[in-house]
Amino acid sequence: MTAVQKRKIEGTIALTFSTLAAFMGLFWLVFILGDVIVHGIKALNLSLFIHDPAPPGVEGGGLRNAFVGQLLITICATLIGVPIGVLGGTFLAEYARGKKIARIISILADIMVSVPSIVIGTFIYAVLVLPLGHFNGWAGSVALSIIMIPVVLRTTEDMLSLVPWTLREAAFALGAPYYKVITQVVYRGAATGILTGILLSIARVAGETAPLLFTSFNNSFFSLNMNQPISSLTVTIFQYAMGPYDSWHEQAWAAAFVITIFILIITILGRLIIRWRYR
Amino acid sequence: MAITLKRKNPVDLVFSFITALASVTVIIFIIGIIYVLISESSLAIEKFGIVKFLSSTEWNPVKEDFGALTNIYGTVLTTFLSLLFAIPVAIGIAIFVTEIAPNFLKGPIGVAIELLAAIPSIIYGMWGLFTLSPIMSSYVEPFLKKITSGIPLVNILFQGMPMGIDILTASVILSIMIIPFTASIARDSFNLTPDVVKESAYSVGATQWEVVKNVILPYSKLGVFGGVVLSLGRALGETMAVAFVLGNNHRITMSLLDAAATITVTLANEFAEADNDVYLSSLFYLALVLFVMSFITLAIAKFFLLKAERKYSR
Repeated sequence: MTAVQKRKIEGTIALTFSTLAAFMGLFWLVFILGDVIVHGIKALNLSLFIHDPAPPGVEGGGLRNAFVGQLLITICATLIGVPIGVLGGTFLAEYARGKKIARIISILADIMVSVPSIVIGTFIYAVLVLPLGHFNGWAGSVALSIIMIPVVLRTTEDMLSLVPWTLREAAFALGAPYYKVITQVVYRGAATGILTGILLSIARVAGETAPLLFTSFNNSFFSLNMNQPISSLTVTIFQYAMGPYDSWHEQAWAAAFVITIFILIITILGRLIIRWRYR
Repeated sequence: MAITLKRKNPVDLVFSFITALASVTVIIFIIGIIYVLISESSLAIEKFGIVKFLSSTEWNPVKEDFGALTNIYGTVLTTFLSLLFAIPVAIGIAIFVTEIAPNFLKGPIGVAIELLAAIPSIIYGMWGLFTLSPIMSSYVEPFLKKITSGIPLVNILFQGMPMGIDILTASVILSIMIIPFTASIARDSFNLTPDVVKESAYSVGATQWEVVKNVILPYSKLGVFGGVVLSLGRALGETMAVAFVLGNNHRITMSLLDAAATITVTLANEFAEADNDVYLSSLFYLALVLFVMSFITLAIAKFFLLKAERKYSR
């Protein structure tokens, strides 16, 4: 065998392996998604959305409380997290642009994005659950918003930095103060990007379970009271999947299906917006 | 670039102050987390000290005697194994997407990998419990037991009944979870290799694999390494993907077919039901240990990624 042949064979083997690796990645995606869809659709029915859970072991019932609770927690987390994230990102990209403090906060935010979410849960437990003496929905929302803030902050910073500096200079030249330049020129230029960041951060927190386990906890009854324990889909999935009843497992699959589809749609939407806007 | 206006508009001052406050929340959270975790775990720190807590394998709520070693062992072992499975696959994916795939496949596979990253960890965990765990216990684990049974030392790794609820299954799920993170960072790093450099390698007769091995990989190693460390940080703190299939067993075992406990799994299972002060305080102590471990790892990852970024932008 000549040296050239040997090199060619070595190359073919290596490239075959990386092709196989890529298809293995795809295989897992199809396997997991397919499993969730097949089991989920089978268990999906109308009573899931309009009924509250039946007593343990009794067939039937639904997860209305969990759907509503999840929605409530996520909306509150968004209302807390998005303004802080967007304003914080504005500071980094505008007022503190190029300064050392902006760089430090930006790096710390990047680290915060990946900090274990369960640690944030324990932190909120100490701050918002222990003093009140009971689990409550607000604690869950705040825990999720802490996960959200660094994500929104970093995307806002990046998106604002993409707006050309000359655009700001043009506005300054007309005598506009900086806050007007930001709110009326820069935000408009970066609106789609910021919106995408917000969408992706919602997708990120909607599937979080760990920070809710001991903040908003769970509630087997329908409740809109954020001062009390409130049910969420993810914690319900954890409880039901680990539980002993087949009917629980089915409902866990259905809940998993709904939440996965919701998150994938938001993620795809976010990517489509980016593609459509930044081409 | 920043501008300084001579006469500051009062509204502008207020607005800049509000935005500054909003961005400082990130620092407040980090300091707050460290402060709160230390003060909540002070009882356990006093009782067990630092070295004794980290090196004790005891985890006994009844006798109120706690040590972190079993949890740290589980965390480190599952993370190590999952990286072992994930890194080759992730780099393979990155090579495929950047170099091998025809153009019409590059986009869809990239999107698919990112969708895999968007699936919440609880779905992975639940899928692991209902689908992967039975497959592991009835096919994969007996097979591994059979082929390793004659080999000394290796067979220790596969001792015991294959139940599917064990370190091996948890590591496999964890690796499926971190493959997309590692792959997308590796892909981004590969893409930064200038075409001119690759083309000059091709022009002296290098094969495609030789270009990948001798040009692209050395050129992007900083970024890839940063991505690997970032995935390591993620895997350390992952809770729900492993909580379903690891059992919650505070023992150090050599066999990968035994149940174990990680810091995150212990927190998820025991935090809400800790019924005395020392117990709860020890759990906060565990959370502190995890926070420090992952913060340091993530900081190292960020350091390498920044270094890579600076190198490429030159």
